[in-house]
Amino acid sequence: MAPAVRDLIAAFVLLNGVIGAVTYVTLLERKFTARMQSRIGPYRVGPHGLLQPIADALKLMMKEDVVPAMSDRWVYNLAPLAFLLPCVLVFGTIPFAPGLGLADLNIGLLFFLAVSALEIVGLFMGGWGSNNKYALLSAMRAVNQIISYDLPFIFAALIPVVLSGTLRLGGIVEAQQGGWYVAYPVIGQLGFLAYLVAMLAAENRVPFDILEAESELVAGFRVEYSGMKFALIQLAEYAHVIATSYLGALLFLGGWLGPGPGWLGAVWFTLKALAVFLLVTWVRWSFVRIRVDQILAISWKLLLPVTLMLLLAAAFVVAYQGGGGVA
Amino acid sequence: MPDLEARKVIELGYAGNERLVMNMGPQHPSAHGVFRAILTLEGETIVAVDAVIGYLHRCHEKLGETLTYVQYPSIASKTDYVAAMTSELAYVLAAEKIGQIEVPKRAQYLRVIAAELQRIASHCLWLGTWCMDMGGALGGGATLFLYCFRERETLLDLFEALTGARLLYGFHQVGGTRYDLPAGWAERCRSTVDLIEKRIDEYEAMLEGNAFFLARTRGVGVISRELAQEVGVSGPLIRGSGVAYDIRRVAPYSSYEAFDFKVPVETGGDCWARYRVRMVEFRESIGIVRQALEGLPPGPISSRPGVKSVGQVRIGKGEAYARVEGPRGEVGCYLVADGSAKPYRMKWRGASFSNLAVLPHIVPGHKVADVVAIMGSVDPVFGEVDR
Repeated sequence: MAPAVRDLIAAFVLLNGVIGAVTYVTLLERKFTARMQSRIGPYRVGPHGLLQPIADALKLMMKEDVVPAMSDRWVYNLAPLAFLLPCVLVFGTIPFAPGLGLADLNIGLLFFLAVSALEIVGLFMGGWGSNNKYALLSAMRAVNQIISYDLPFIFAALIPVVLSGTLRLGGIVEAQQGGWYVAYPVIGQLGFLAYLVAMLAAENRVPFDILEAESELVAGFRVEYSGMKFALIQLAEYAHVIATSYLGALLFLGGWLGPGPGWLGAVWFTLKALAVFLLVTWVRWSFVRIRVDQILAISWKLLLPVTLMLLLAAAFVVAYQGGGGVA
Repeated sequence: MPDLEARKVIELGYAGNERLVMNMGPQHPSAHGVFRAILTLEGETIVAVDAVIGYLHRCHEKLGETLTYVQYPSIASKTDYVAAMTSELAYVLAAEKIGQIEVPKRAQYLRVIAAELQRIASHCLWLGTWCMDMGGALGGGATLFLYCFRERETLLDLFEALTGARLLYGFHQVGGTRYDLPAGWAERCRSTVDLIEKRIDEYEAMLEGNAFFLARTRGVGVISRELAQEVGVSGPLIRGSGVAYDIRRVAPYSSYEAFDFKVPVETGGDCWARYRVRMVEFRESIGIVRQALEGLPPGPISSRPGVKSVGQVRIGKGEAYARVEGPRGEVGCYLVADGSAKPYRMKWRGASFSNLAVLPHIVPGHKVADVVAIMGSVDPVFGEVDR
């Protein structure tokens, strides 16, 4: 088989895997939240509501696609795709187990961070193209927030890079053979914490979901979207959450490392990613949203200096011990 | 060129001095009812707010003139449908004042029990919806909202057992109450308020230990003492601004003088102060319910029992203003009676209506997100604003 064909098949499998996983992650979140709120959650469609995501997807596909009359049609129609593309593309570089991944690039982390930062383009296109005041305010907030939080997010993600001495995601996991970076004294724990906070903000989840802010901006940049376009935005958002959960598990929780035979690696990795995801979900469903000025203050006055200091500390430790990586 | 026209409206100036007019409501996820706030924004900051009300106007005062003293109490509940017992009580108090009708002690105690349970239920709804405004229907706010509704549900069950209805009761009638406590109700009520008291501790733990909640409420929407008195706000709003004004204390009605309770006062005047006032009121109301159940005197529940037809209650000529302390503040009913079975004129003083008047004074200068926090802390019910 030609390598190009093989890659195409792999990409097809990965893309559909991601989409399927994302739809079921929404069910997981709904069930988890329901338990938190002393509810049952989806229960009617299929046993224990297991077919609910499929029903939701079908419903969204069959809905009428409304395009606002005064919208900027090209921008409006392209926005969901521009939003979805980077969110799914980042999965290409995640190694789920040794050798199990689309491309374990030697600049994997750089690729991940650069591509995932592109989602802002889709957000802003959606906000602008809708020609809606709520959406426009939301798009403005999006630019504010993502510019402020991508920096601490990147700095937090760079700590394991400094410790392991490689940008290759597979390499970062291999460097954690001796101990997960979350167990690294002080730097590891604070770094993971900073990563989680920045991740919440970068994904626009409560308490940082000022983009969506349905009590002020109704639904923010997606207020005018309906049907399949809305579904794509939703899909992209969850894909991004899952991708950053995987990245968090990879950078700080040792990726596929775990007891048992090698083939269990992917399972361990997924479980760790889900643990990160549920942690974020837990935070989401117990906090109130904070205001836009407070979000910016937290980023620039607290998170950015802290992550920068941690990064410098990590660099200092590595320089002192000599060479990249911890033994 | 319709496109260009539309664009011109939404363009925002990057110099920060161009203004955007944004409608919040009448259809809006955070509107507590149908309320329209026309916000003028400079970026995220509000420079002006224009409040439009009246979407829920149902001619209540005219309606009051067409219904008899027996019929109207159950309609009065529809003014403030979140605290239905309050407006019923204000109406029958006014009618009793004109007719100089005596109310048996037991009925007065029953009225107190109903009013205080209603206050707890109303505050449950306030806390839940307010947190949902700040925390989002897809966030922590929704969690607290569902917790509050779980508790409110138990209270509605109590009301259902008492009156047969869960939202609009028709519990009060001129001369007393319509129903006595069913068997076992007092026990059930005691255990319910015990449970709610425990749960209020949980809410406080969840909110007050949360830095984000503090950041959203402290120093937001400050109503100064002078402003509060000038505008004429009442209830938790004026008590949150440092004025110890509670009708149950300054002009006791329905035997409130017999109960031992505190009137909570906070001096901050911000959302946080109003939150604290209501949280203390929760506990005080629970205390009053316990005292009333404890000291519930025996005897008849109405001085005019056995009303067979709706026209049977007639009240002599006269006029009176009766006011009660509702969950949202002073609810007043002004009645002019002409000797027939219907009042000649009726006028409501809705607490939410007067409280809402403070919005244009405190909202400008805040961010968009603060509007919902302030609105929620004012706790308006639009049935009562528009009537």
